[in-house]
Amino acid sequence: MSASLRFLLALLVLVVLVSGGFYVSDRLRPTAAAPAQAQAGLPRTKPTVAGLYQVSIEPENATVPQGELHAWVLTLRTPDGKAVDGAEIAVDGGMPAHNHGLPTSPKVTAALGEGRYRIDGVRFNMGGRWELRFAISGAAGTDAVAFDLDV
Amino acid sequence: MLLRAAVWLGLFWAIGLLAGCGPAPFNEKERATIVSLSLSALKPLPPDPTNAYADQPGAAALGATLFFDTRLSRDGNVSCGTCHKIDRHFQDDLPLGVGVSTNNRRTMPLAGVAWSPFLFWDGRRDSLWAQALTPLEDAREHAGNRAAYAHFIAGHFRERYERIFGPLPDLDGVPDNAGPLGTREQQAAWASLGDAQRDGVDQVFVNLGKAIAAFERSLTPQPTRFDRFAGALAKGENPRSADALSDEEVQGLRLFIGKANCITCHNGPRFTDDHFHKTGVPDAAGLPAESGRADGVSKVLADPFNCAGRFGSGRLENCPELLFIKKDGPELLRAFKTPSLRGVADRPPYMHAGQIPDLAAVVDHYARAPKAPAGHSEAEPLTLSEREKAALVAFLRTLSDP
Ligand code: HEC
Ligand code: HEC
Ligand SMILES: [Cu+2]
Repeated sequence: MSASLRFLLALLVLVVLVSGGFYVSDRLRPTAAAPAQAQAGLPRTKPTVAGLYQVSIEPENATVPQGELHAWVLTLRTPDGKAVDGAEIAVDGGMPAHNHGLPTSPKVTAALGEGRYRIDGVRFNMGGRWELRFAISGAAGTDAVAFDLDV
Repeated sequence: MLLRAAVWLGLFWAIGLLAGCGPAPFNEKERATIVSLSLSALKPLPPDPTNAYADQPGAAALGATLFFDTRLSRDGNVSCGTCHKIDRHFQDDLPLGVGVSTNNRRTMPLAGVAWSPFLFWDGRRDSLWAQALTPLEDAREHAGNRAAYAHFIAGHFRERYERIFGPLPDLDGVPDNAGPLGTREQQAAWASLGDAQRDGVDQVFVNLGKAIAAFERSLTPQPTRFDRFAGALAKGENPRSADALSDEEVQGLRLFIGKANCITCHNGPRFTDDHFHKTGVPDAAGLPAESGRADGVSKVLADPFNCAGRFGSGRLENCPELLFIKKDGPELLRAFKTPSLRGVADRPPYMHAGQIPDLAAVVDHYARAPKAPAGHSEAEPLTLSEREKAALVAFLRTLSDP
């Protein structure tokens, strides 16, 4: 076999390996990773900054819709777990990465008892990482808490 | 022997290349995002609790007639259809709408408008019927007044009106021209009316708006090549060749939902988040500075025909969009409503006052992301090659009818 033919063959093998490699890496690129991790590591229960309260939040209807006005239920407790009623709660938030606030002004529309408050008028108009912040004034004093969530 | 091996290898290589060429398949997340943009993801038409006639065919038929009737104007030469042209996606291809005189904003297309919680570029109305009343009394558009409209309905549509809305009020003694927003004489005439007369005129005027609104609810977006592509993707099928997107269009779609961030605002099956944003679009030359949504918020809250008003639901508690409206914040100043991108390739020029002439220039605008005339622009500069820019434009074209 002539040298030039061997060279050609070597080249061919090289091309096959390289293009095959690209091809495979393209197909095998991790695909469905993103949705699964969505809410992992984003707690829905947290102590407030100064530790005066413990706060839990849950969307009123199991899922968090994109684009629609919807409500959340916030549960307020003392650090040792007693429900706190009669607190004033102001809601704020936004998308820190996009440098904008919430598109609406959500408010507490009902005190449901047992430390539960209905927060209505929340809308997440785009996908991504959002922050919901609560300023809380109750018998124990004034404190704040922020939650991250992925929409 | 070696030669035969080389031939086989070459063959495998060619097959591998053929199969591997063309865009890589979409991953699960991309697939879900693409399906969320397709018309099959469109929610059912939202009800309008402030319009009891919203879904009555008779009201819609009357509304369709009125939409195209030029007699609903001061000089008998302007109808809604003058600017919202039926054969032009209900817009007029002009940078600024022209009725009795020139408006300071571009005419908006109407497909899918009934899904939109706030109307106009600044969202200063909160229902289709309250919106319809606005151009009728705008001096630059129809330039009419509500007393004249009430007399017109009584004179030409009495029977159809009464079949839908019940008896017309007694308009005896109501002058031919009167209204709170008209000329000085018309305002004086309006002020001189008794409460019952004013109320009767308002009622006819509102019902006229409600009939037009019922008609507008039928203007739904039509499926395009993109929807057929996304539909096939949703079912895990290959789109049929006529519905498939070219490699360039797929590249554009990938950019739209990925690196170019278009999807942050142009999301959902109408390609809009129904919200208001600052994207660094320059003010139009020769027009007064705009305050956009900041102005829209105060106007919709002050509108006597809003959801909370007595012709609407009568109670703010029944009006979530108003109850939870964001009233202040730097984001509102000069923010404009995200337009739907359905059919966008068919209707240049673009933006709220037609500032940008074509889609290539729109994509250039987003790539450069100039500073907003005031405050912080939400659009961040993008690094896009010329091929990528062309791909984005190619993708936008798939949102037009076949
Ligand atoms: C002179 C041209 C003109 C006429 C006549 C006109 N419009 Fe418009 N229309 C416009 C312009 C311009 C805008 C945007 C104005 C703005 O944002 O201030 C608009 C906006 C709208 C919108 C808001 C769409 C959206 O997505 O928010 C609707 C709905 C609409 N018009 C319906 C009507 C109806 C109904 C009539 C007749 C009663 C009418 N228009 C008459 C030019 C016109
Ligand atoms: C921050 C939100 C936001 C992002 C991100 C965004 N847009 Fe827009 N888009 C808007 C708003 C708001 C307008 C109307 C602005 C105005 O009229 O002043 C608009 C207007 C447009 C228009 C003109 C439509 C018309 O009818 O006038 C096109 C086309 C468009 N955008 C395409 C894109 C593309 C392509 C991208 C990605 C490169 C993109 N947009 C990213 C909010 C956004
Ligand atoms: Cu954002």
